[in-house]
Amino acid sequence: MKKDHRWLEGQGVLMSILVTLLVLVGGIVEIVPLYYVRSSVPPIEGVKPYTPLELEGRDLYVREGCYNCHSQMVRPFRDETERYGPYSKAGEFVYDHPFQFGSKRTGPDLHREGGKYPDSWHYYHMRNPREIVPGSVMPKYSWLHETKLDTSLTKKKMEVLRKLGVPYSDADIEGAKAAMETQAQGIAGRLVEQKVENVQSDREIVALIAYLQRLGGDIHWREGAQ
Amino acid sequence: MNYTDVAPPRAEVYDDDTVRGFVFFTMFWGAVGMLAGLWAALELAFWQCNLESPYLTFGRLRPLHTNAVIFAFAGNAIFASVYYSVQRLCRVRLASNWLSKFHLWGWQLMIVLDAVCLLSGFTDGKEYAEPVWIVDQFITLLWVAFAVNFFWTLARRREKHLYVAIWFYIATIITVAVLHLVNNLAIPVTPFKSYHVWAGVQDALIQWWYGHNAVGFLLTTPFLGMMYYYLPKAAEKPVYSYRLSIIHFWSLIFLYIWAGPHHLLYTALPDWAQTLGTCFSLMLLAPSWGGMLNGLLTLKGAYDKVRTDPILKFFVVAITFYGMSTFEGPMLSIRSVSALGHYTDWIVGHVHGGALGWVGFSVFATFYWLVPRLYNTKLYSLKLATIHFWIATIGIVLYMVSMWITGITQGLMWRAFSQDGSLTYSFIETTKILFPYYLVRALGGALYLTGLLMMVYNLVRTARSGRAVNPPVPTETVRPSRLTEQV
Repeated sequence: MKKDHRWLEGQGVLMSILVTLLVLVGGIVEIVPLYYVRSSVPPIEGVKPYTPLELEGRDLYVREGCYNCHSQMVRPFRDETERYGPYSKAGEFVYDHPFQFGSKRTGPDLHREGGKYPDSWHYYHMRNPREIVPGSVMPKYSWLHETKLDTSLTKKKMEVLRKLGVPYSDADIEGAKAAMETQAQGIAGRLVEQKVENVQSDREIVALIAYLQRLGGDIHWREGAQ
Repeated sequence: MNYTDVAPPRAEVYDDDTVRGFVFFTMFWGAVGMLAGLWAALELAFWQCNLESPYLTFGRLRPLHTNAVIFAFAGNAIFASVYYSVQRLCRVRLASNWLSKFHLWGWQLMIVLDAVCLLSGFTDGKEYAEPVWIVDQFITLLWVAFAVNFFWTLARRREKHLYVAIWFYIATIITVAVLHLVNNLAIPVTPFKSYHVWAGVQDALIQWWYGHNAVGFLLTTPFLGMMYYYLPKAAEKPVYSYRLSIIHFWSLIFLYIWAGPHHLLYTALPDWAQTLGTCFSLMLLAPSWGGMLNGLLTLKGAYDKVRTDPILKFFVVAITFYGMSTFEGPMLSIRSVSALGHYTDWIVGHVHGGALGWVGFSVFATFYWLVPRLYNTKLYSLKLATIHFWIATIGIVLYMVSMWITGITQGLMWRAFSQDGSLTYSFIETTKILFPYYLVRALGGALYLTGLLMMVYNLVRTARSGRAVNPPVPTETVRPSRLTEQV
């Protein structure tokens, strides 16, 4: 073996080719079937693309790096399903570009966050987490309540996502602005009902609440539980 | 090849200016990256440390920390040590002055751009792959420049045989390129916002195939290459076993790639993929420890030197931490252990054992050896280097022990049930209890950073006491492949 290898060490090109082939094997064997074996990601009926407002909210979630402290992946353990809700299924994430499973829970998992608390809870919590959860180490995100949501790219974002296989129709994309306003006003209306003062429906916080309240709800487990 | 044909018309010198540049930036970004880490650690103990600024929340500072230490600190260290050693091992100057300069300055520019983006909230939102679309393109370009410069240098080599360090460099360059390209495939909305083509579970698998092998091929293989070049140099001993280096090289690069799914145990990833991840992670123990043993046993007969030489002290502890992390890793890849450890600080501690212990100490050992040679002088203070060693070692121990405690404590509290079958602890109770250990962790990090600053001082004084030299390449005397015969 030593002698053959000694020969190989004189063949830089061959050696590089061998290295390339060798490192490709593992990735190909693991990744390719995930695309071609349908049972890898069993489709779930009711899983729909994010609405334009939720999509913008999700991009805010990514922007603020929430995944550094919050996971979105409930594991199939009794303590986790007790604490968070039903364990996460592969089919629920098919429109997540990028995935936000996270790897660290400095704060709790958020995959079943949708519908867990009223909108006002999130509004106050994001403004000052310690108002709601004494002892929390989460930063205040009060700028979300002040900054106007930038919607100039929403349509373009949806078009890109459509190219990647998210089934937005022409009508969805054309009507994005109107749909966003309707949904935002709905949330703002609920916030006012819940006695929140100075609510403005065009702020970033509204989009983030839309996203958080959407999380993990496509399987309608809360309705089933009631 | 006929060596007499390639006799140069005038004296060829090694390009050590490029090496010195990368050494400088390694130290600079190391300090920045570790400071960001310390700051982020303090934010977990005292949330007020974010100064209520959008730019400094943990969610933005932590990616800055990881990007800075991985791509800036470790990255520059790799380029410095690869460029220095590949010239000597091939007995030829770096192939292209222009590419070397482009690589050196382009890389720093890329880091500045990335840092600004990350703090401003422009991110791809995937761990260790946060750089946005335009930065990704820039990284690709720079990596190609590195690859061309490296392989071109190999092509012009005067030594027939490639020494083991070079095998590891080859694996690094090729694999990192593949990982980076595949994981970052995206369609841009703007240069600073793109959507990755992968979604959901597939995206998760590709991300952790990338993430785990960033550890494997950015934080392991190049550092093994460094170990194989600089450790025998520092110890003045040949590598312990040539046969072992062959076996562990090929098996390491083959097995590493498969282990990614161990980051996704008990998630929605199909079971068969999870099981493959676990199996290959366990197998990975063998080649990892093969490398560790080959390193430690190289010191056979030179153990007395470890007592007095801080460079060898750093190497011994670096390799020991490599062995420890590559034992802890496979253990954490066992499903029942992952069930407890995943999502907790245990993982953070595990990563830092590898990063601070193996990567950091390898860089320190290499640079304490290298810098005096780059300036044709002696190290300014051996004593200061020894103090650095002890401070940093204590720092790592505090860091890891506190993270073991927080990780296991929190993991156990999450799963605790009371007699009546309800969860014993609310989430916030499991967070509050970690406070004292977060202080200890920050103290550990602070000690480690202090050690680094001592090193910066020591190396600056060293450089000032000498003169930057570019020694001539020994082109004329055709010797047998001295280095492959082990030093």
